[in-house]
Amino acid sequence: MKLATKDLLRLATVGSVDDGKSTLIGRLLVDTRQLFDDQLDAVQAASERRGVGDLDLSFVTDGLRAEREQGITIDVAYRYASTPTRKFIIADCPGHVQYTRNMATGASTADVALVVLNVAHGLKEQTRRHLCIAALLGVRTIIVAVNKMDEVHWSESAYVGVVDEVTTLAHDLGFESVTTIPVSALWGENVVERSSHLDWYDGPTVLQALEACQAGSWTHTRSGARLPVQWVLRQNGGGRTYAGMLNGAPLHEGDVVTLLPANVETTISSITSGSGARTAATAGLSIDVGLAHETDAGRGDLLATAPLPQVTKEFTATVCWFGEQPWRANQRLRLKHTTKVTPVRLRELTGVVDIETLSVRSSDELATNDIGLATLQTADWIAVDDYRDNRVTGSFVIIDEATNATVAAGMVGRASFL
Amino acid sequence: MTDHLDLLESHAIFILREVVAECERPVLLFSGGKDSAVLLHLAAKAFAPQSLPFPVLHIDTGQNFPEVIEFRDDAVERHGARLLVASVQDSIDQGKVADPGPMGPRNRLQTVTLLDAITEHGFDAAFGGARRDEDKARAKERILSFRDAFGQWDPRQQRPELWQLYQGKVNAGEHLRAFPLSDWTELDIWQYIEREEMALPRIYFAHERDVVRRDGMYLAVGPHVTPRADETVERLVVRFRTVGDANLTGAVLSDASTLAAIVDEISRANVSERGATRGDDKFSETAMEDRKREGYF
Repeated sequence: MKLATKDLLRLATVGSVDDGKSTLIGRLLVDTRQLFDDQLDAVQAASERRGVGDLDLSFVTDGLRAEREQGITIDVAYRYASTPTRKFIIADCPGHVQYTRNMATGASTADVALVVLNVAHGLKEQTRRHLCIAALLGVRTIIVAVNKMDEVHWSESAYVGVVDEVTTLAHDLGFESVTTIPVSALWGENVVERSSHLDWYDGPTVLQALEACQAGSWTHTRSGARLPVQWVLRQNGGGRTYAGMLNGAPLHEGDVVTLLPANVETTISSITSGSGARTAATAGLSIDVGLAHETDAGRGDLLATAPLPQVTKEFTATVCWFGEQPWRANQRLRLKHTTKVTPVRLRELTGVVDIETLSVRSSDELATNDIGLATLQTADWIAVDDYRDNRVTGSFVIIDEATNATVAAGMVGRASFL
Repeated sequence: MTDHLDLLESHAIFILREVVAECERPVLLFSGGKDSAVLLHLAAKAFAPQSLPFPVLHIDTGQNFPEVIEFRDDAVERHGARLLVASVQDSIDQGKVADPGPMGPRNRLQTVTLLDAITEHGFDAAFGGARRDEDKARAKERILSFRDAFGQWDPRQQRPELWQLYQGKVNAGEHLRAFPLSDWTELDIWQYIEREEMALPRIYFAHERDVVRRDGMYLAVGPHVTPRADETVERLVVRFRTVGDANLTGAVLSDASTLAAIVDEISRANVSERGATRGDDKFSETAMEDRKREGYF
């Protein structure tokens, strides 16, 4: 039997601590029978041993000893689910403010954010922060599970109040698709099975909403083809090909490309992927290409088709700061952008984002978990696109030179809601 | 059309190339099991037509299935790879770990042998075939997973890892574990092996074998498993769903003798591969996390 080919949907949970993200994912996996019998048995046994009832659904993803002891999620858990036509990669993210860096890790590749909030508490600051980060990261589709409906006796007015609040924020943040669903993750109502307590609601369940989402949106692009050179392969009998993962627009044999930052034009003479020679490739494929002219291309260079990126040493960016020490003007760090690493300094800090008002207030440093708007200066030329045009050539991380820790993630350009 | 296997393959190749470019001395951990076979196959693709830019390291517990060692040697030769073998027996002989006896479990002892080999050769990155769907602790781990100078993993202090910006710089004495198959499931692995028509050790396919029932598993009678007085030897048609130490890895009842039959069997399975077949994960609730913290694969 040949199984059908599947597309790939990447999903991340976002929202504040204790609103039920892990429980909802546990419920989704259990009710769609994605857990093996022995895994379910192990969750049951661990629940009993820790005296938290028959089946603590959060234990499906909270797999670390400390997480189970404290009843919180510390780091992202990745789980996988499958339907006949779709593979799901689920990143269950932590809600605690201390672990915002881990939430950003999980959400950075998401097509869809599953926002979980507690109907009795409404929009907490941490939920606002997560939604703001998800919007910055370019997530365009959100499914909002208004959870713990059982605790407000399935009240429609309580639901509507929260929905008004969240849809206003979602609109301000520029999400394109917003679906709100009243659920009880604990009791499995409107997750996979339709609720019997919520006859006033006739929209989709969480599973139905997920099945209706478009896959692959995180590779959405408005840029030309972009191939950051990772590695140069020497071919038998001389000659070289240039290997990397393609993103942006498709690339074809015969396309005119510009090698950047050198600004040299040449033509694609061959394309090879894991399955052999081909005449064209699309975003997300690892390929190696031959070039019609001898060029001095190497790791850190970019092959691009029009419209070309900007080649610069100074640019505006939105920066999520995770470092324990603040970043101040002129302090030097290291920046990794595509396959290039270069020294970077904070040229000017315009300000940091006020999560409550989404306005930028002035500040002279970027502190832990701040989202800042800044001008950065690099030592070497880099070829950047606005993040909204291309998530690969528009993104970067900042690295501490002494410890090699990743202290920030950044997006080229100014987010539209700022 | 680009399907999920193409995307998983491309992502894995991207990670292999990125780590090789950023690290000084990578190595690929190779057990001869299906996951490391897929990893070696992908590594060959990532650097073709050049030969592999790193050696292949087998941590040999001395409790192997002979078919797996035979496959290991064939695969290494076919890919023109350089094989290094680090032996748990040597660690025992040197008194670095306690001798569990000829039939005793050596699974956890591998960590010492592995860390010693990493130090001895100065490796700063080790590719492994671990997948996040295998275990709840693995589900938490980054694709590039940082290890301190003692080889330890600290699950509370993992580096942020956004987009596909993998950063592999470490200071002297520290190293990375890199897991290009992180987002693959067991079914993805088998579908890919089928699509690529890859060779595998024969024990993955249904065959007749003498087994004994022990700890809820069928263990293969042989040099590493001797039937106890109260155990009955049965001759059954079985296959192995995972390959680990011969005295810790159970066989499953199966008549799947082709890749297509295995894909079909796995797509209908209701027990996980490690749950069905691995004694080493059953020691405690957090057996994998505890071993990983110490520096295990």
